[in-house]
Amino acid sequence: MLQSLLFALLLVAAFGLFAWQVRKIRANVLVGRARAAGGHPAERLRKTLLVAFGQQKMFKRLTPALLHLVVYVGFLVINIEVIEIVIDGLFGNLFGFHRSLQFLGPLYDGLMATNEVLAALVIVAVAAFWWRRNSHPPLKRFTGPELRMWPKLDANIILYIEVVLMVALFFMNTADLKLHQMRGEDLPGTFPISNLLVGLLPTSQGTLHVLERIGWWAHITGILLFLNYLPSSKHFHIILAFPNVWYSRLVPQGQFSNVESITHEVKAMMDPAYEVPAAPVGPDGVALAPAPFGAKDVDDLPWTNLLSAYSCTECGRCTSVCPANLTGKLLSPRKIIMDTRDRMEEKYNSPLIFRPNVYGEEAGHAPITDLANATLLRGKVTPEELWACTTCNACVESCPVNINPLESIIEMRRFLVLEESAAPNSLNVMFSNIENNGAPWAFSPSDRFNWADDLYVKGPTPETAPV
Amino acid sequence: MLPETAPAPRQITVPVMADLAARNESPEILFWVGCAGAFDDRYKRVTRAFVRILDHVGTKYAVLGLEESCTGDPAKRAGNEFLFQMQAMQNITTLNGYGIKKIVTACPHCFNTIKNEYPALGGEYEVIHHSTYLQQLINEGKVGVTGGESFKGRRITFHDSCYLGRANNIYEAPRDVLAALDADLVEMKRSRANGLCCGAGGAQMWKEAEPGKKEINIERTEEALATLSGKAEALANLGGVETETAAPGPHDLQGSIIAVSCPFCMTMMSDGVKNKEQESKVQVFDLAELVASAEGINA
Repeated sequence: MLQSLLFALLLVAAFGLFAWQVRKIRANVLVGRARAAGGHPAERLRKTLLVAFGQQKMFKRLTPALLHLVVYVGFLVINIEVIEIVIDGLFGNLFGFHRSLQFLGPLYDGLMATNEVLAALVIVAVAAFWWRRNSHPPLKRFTGPELRMWPKLDANIILYIEVVLMVALFFMNTADLKLHQMRGEDLPGTFPISNLLVGLLPTSQGTLHVLERIGWWAHITGILLFLNYLPSSKHFHIILAFPNVWYSRLVPQGQFSNVESITHEVKAMMDPAYEVPAAPVGPDGVALAPAPFGAKDVDDLPWTNLLSAYSCTECGRCTSVCPANLTGKLLSPRKIIMDTRDRMEEKYNSPLIFRPNVYGEEAGHAPITDLANATLLRGKVTPEELWACTTCNACVESCPVNINPLESIIEMRRFLVLEESAAPNSLNVMFSNIENNGAPWAFSPSDRFNWADDLYVKGPTPETAPV
Repeated sequence: MLPETAPAPRQITVPVMADLAARNESPEILFWVGCAGAFDDRYKRVTRAFVRILDHVGTKYAVLGLEESCTGDPAKRAGNEFLFQMQAMQNITTLNGYGIKKIVTACPHCFNTIKNEYPALGGEYEVIHHSTYLQQLINEGKVGVTGGESFKGRRITFHDSCYLGRANNIYEAPRDVLAALDADLVEMKRSRANGLCCGAGGAQMWKEAEPGKKEINIERTEEALATLSGKAEALANLGGVETETAAPGPHDLQGSIIAVSCPFCMTMMSDGVKNKEQESKVQVFDLAELVASAEGINA
């Protein structure tokens, strides 16, 4: 009775706290600019099934893909058992039953056996993940100025929690199994790994019962704690990867967004009769101030980019293929995504844990000295990073959950150029060349057709001669 | 040596759209030359090679000539959306004025911009990159890639342009064109969707690179040279600044080719080859130049 009550309270508290945190994050994401990201449900569903559920883009690199697959499938399957734990926890003690899903019969055997095998594999995969991050030197993509301090610790905490959860699962099963064996009873389910472990446990039935309870409580408490850790962690990707892929762009990667307010201005310039649509009106009936061109802060980015910031698990595939980063420039697409998340929480709501990145010489990154402008641009992302981008889309292509760092980079470049006229001088020269000569170089427009002078071809005259 | 009966090279008078319109004619395709194709000395050779091919197969084509203006791509990638849209609207007015339906261009940046970004501003055309167009000509048998220079057995590696590849998912057309040359095609480790940028995209062409440890085009050229010399597999790390290509691979670089399909890649890779002092051995060619050479129509 007491256990059931305790369990019910724990459940309510855990889900309540989680909902409270999710509301904060939802509010953060919704400060972003409106963007129509719906439509084409069939295409979006297909993409979500392939990229998010099917992990399609993970398989560009086989080793981490397989390791990740184990943990992913483990997460999905082992959580079926959580349903049982919740039912047992709420009602089992009251009505004196245990392992409520055993009515599934052979299916239950299979489920328990799969769980155990997966749990063991998860421990192996997590050990490999830990090694890739913490060996000397670690994998290159697990380094960089943005991956020190909290993000580094966060990554390890996730791995430790996963091991604890799996160990608790084995504790629970092994103790339960041994208890039943000693009583001469049959425990429903098949437990291939726990069968190997029963010898390690003491033979006192009382102790075994306590161990089983400890394992049971540790497993479910751990899961609920982990749930509430997610919003503060990069591990939130296990939930947000799905909506993020769903809402990711469907157009070719080379197609950059069109700034509609500029289209109106340009049309008005070219045609005096063109009527620019009236500015949107706020709830108080007063016309809203026009939004700035491009992005200076998180509010200026499309909400999808903010959702992406929470979907990022900081794996660094983007940065590891970025030509600028590979050749030693400051730009790291991952940093821009992580900075966006930090900035949202700094400016608006933060979940339970908020430890924003700090940069400086010791981080191998120029210190942010412009404290007067604490905005995303300059406060976290420096113009030097933005100007190093070749817009090659390697980062976009590489992201397993379809995050588009390039879009944020371009939005911030737009702000630099259109609001601050702060482009590098050589680019300003290029702009004026286009304005004056219709070409990015300083050639005379009257020479544009000179290439066709004295042009000869060998061979017979074609039957269908050109005009 | 040409046989004595071969006709003398013919001079091409490149048809200009304004003249066609004056005669109430319309071309099958509009060849969008692009600024690099019109002004850059190296890429002008590509433009001329492509026009030779168009003439050779008897395509009814035209160019805008002096009426063409920058698509606005470098301005847009650099964040100058205003300038981009000014350029775009101006070009769209010109193109729509002539009722253009189909455009072919040898520049992936022009291709991407006109194909993907002009429609929202009122410019809807069928846009084809010249690699796709050349592939079609070869498939249709209009170009046999015979009769000229033989590329049989020569080592060629294709450098993917970002704005053709990742930006628009065109990976096979340029490779099909090269395959028709019967050359020895070798792939860089970072190719197709994983291709490494030459370093010029996103308006980098017009500015110095930010401080770093290496130029991007050097990184890419080293990879290309290592691939051509057969040493790529032996490289411990193709993923960063530690890459080195000092020791020669099993293949002599003499006569090998880096094939490109973009004017900026052309500049970056050519500069890279010069920087590595391999320009006497390794040449950088655009697909159109290779096809025109193989077809024997250069004059």
